Amino acid sequence: MSESLIEERFLSRLTDGPLAIAPGLAHYFVADASGAECIIRVAQSAPKGFIEKVHILYVPTPGENALITALYALGAKQFEHVPTIDEAIIKLGDWLSDAKMGSQLYLAGTEGLIGKAVAKGEECGLDHTAVQCEQRGSLARRVQCVHCKTMIENVTTQPTKCPSCDLLLLVRDHYSRRLAAFQGVCINAEDPSEVVEIKEVFK
Amino acid sequence: MSASDNLIPVIVSKVVEVNSIIKRFEFKHINGDALPAFSGGAHIVVEMIDGATKRKNAYSLMSSPFKLGQYAISVRREDDGRGGSKFMHEKVVPGMEMKISAPVNLFALDLRAKKHLMIAGGIGITPFMAQMTQATELGLPFELHYAARSASQAAYMGSLKAQFGDAVACYCADIGDRLNLEALLSDQPLGTHVYVCGPKGMIEAVVQTATNLGWPAAHIHFEHFLSPPMGKAFSVHLAKAGIDIDVGPEQSLLEAIEASGTPVNCLCRAGACGQCETQIVACDGDITHNDHWLEDDQRASKKFIMPCVSRFSGKRLELDL
Repeated sequence: MSESLIEERFLSRLTDGPLAIAPGLAHYFVADASGAECIIRVAQSAPKGFIEKVHILYVPTPGENALITALYALGAKQFEHVPTIDEAIIKLGDWLSDAKMGSQLYLAGTEGLIGKAVAKGEECGLDHTAVQCEQRGSLARRVQCVHCKTMIENVTTQPTKCPSCDLLLLVRDHYSRRLAAFQGVCINAEDPSEVVEIKEVFK
Repeated sequence: MSASDNLIPVIVSKVVEVNSIIKRFEFKHINGDALPAFSGGAHIVVEMIDGATKRKNAYSLMSSPFKLGQYAISVRREDDGRGGSKFMHEKVVPGMEMKISAPVNLFALDLRAKKHLMIAGGIGITPFMAQMTQATELGLPFELHYAARSASQAAYMGSLKAQFGDAVACYCADIGDRLNLEALLSDQPLGTHVYVCGPKGMIEAVVQTATNLGWPAAHIHFEHFLSPPMGKAFSVHLAKAGIDIDVGPEQSLLEAIEASGTPVNCLCRAGACGQCETQIVACDGDITHNDHWLEDDQRASKKFIMPCVSRFSGKRLELDL
């Protein structure tokens, strides 16, 4: 089992994994295929009675079945799998709109899943200290172009080109919890003719 | 610099006996000016000149934050206390001139909350009266749970029910009506903030129960009502001022420092806000820490003291003032 792949950490980013059980009345887990094993790990080491308070939302890789079965077999109070992260986030919003104070949210998987789920939790009134994240899989970043506000998914290069306004963006280590995205700022504003080499760094 | 440096001259415009132990006092600016704006949960410091003794006690504002023509506070008479509440009850009459500080709020509503859950014990009701007026005006959802020993001692219980209807639930211990904290705190929508003001045991119970249920600390707010505890007289050396001062049995160290004319920061005067934290230069004796501010290791180090509520016994205490 691999540990979190993130080597650098910064204050604004919610990557405090590995997930650990916090006191709570209800425990909501959201994971994609890269994070499924985190849920299984937590559930297997949990005290008796814990799983009866657990709600799991899972986004499988298309065609994959074994992890769905393994997660279903945990016997959580509620288990659903949906085809995309965006659908999972809508479903999470439905669940949290009925949730009570004392709920804990656990997120495991890629940056996009974590970021969107954190933002949804905040929107539903969940304090960020009630949210734990364990980043798994690709380190691709979700970036907001600060100039035209376009959200760019799965950014792996530094710098990166904004698909909307064409500016070349420096992807900063500045993460917005509200937007669930890193900030992308024009890297050659003084001299747009300046050529900056594009390297793949967020793998 | 502290809030009680620039005191506002006021006139006592009204004194109302609310019940056998509680009186309400209303203040107007001596020139008839509007008083400074405040938000629900704020308190003022009232200066009491009682012969040669000068006391300063903090009281929550209960009047509407939208009506600045006068302020209102309620004072519970504590016969075993230092004499501040007794002075208010016995000596303060309409028409009297007094001085108060500008309001300070260490117990404000968190406006990000999706719902405000207020829990009051006894005289701890006062800050919530201003907060409920504010919440009603701003259209914020709230609920008040008000526990007291008996209906006859529970100030404003009847009028609150009449004013706020179902948003208010009352519990009187003498008829066996008790607030079930666990049930209450287990059934609150996500995004609720809880506020508690009342006796120490009640605050601890709310904080503990909510924390055990998984409430984040940022959603739990409390205000201690702590008047400076009395004790034996002691002497303190103020190193920078180069003077020795005496602290009387009913006086707080902060009041003694102020009386000597030595500048010291302060805000809540109740051991909660941290403003008066003072470094100890030398200590040969024991400090009774009565505050809610210092960490355990800071107390053990004997390097810090909160003069507003803490006391000293022993041979010598030198402060960095």
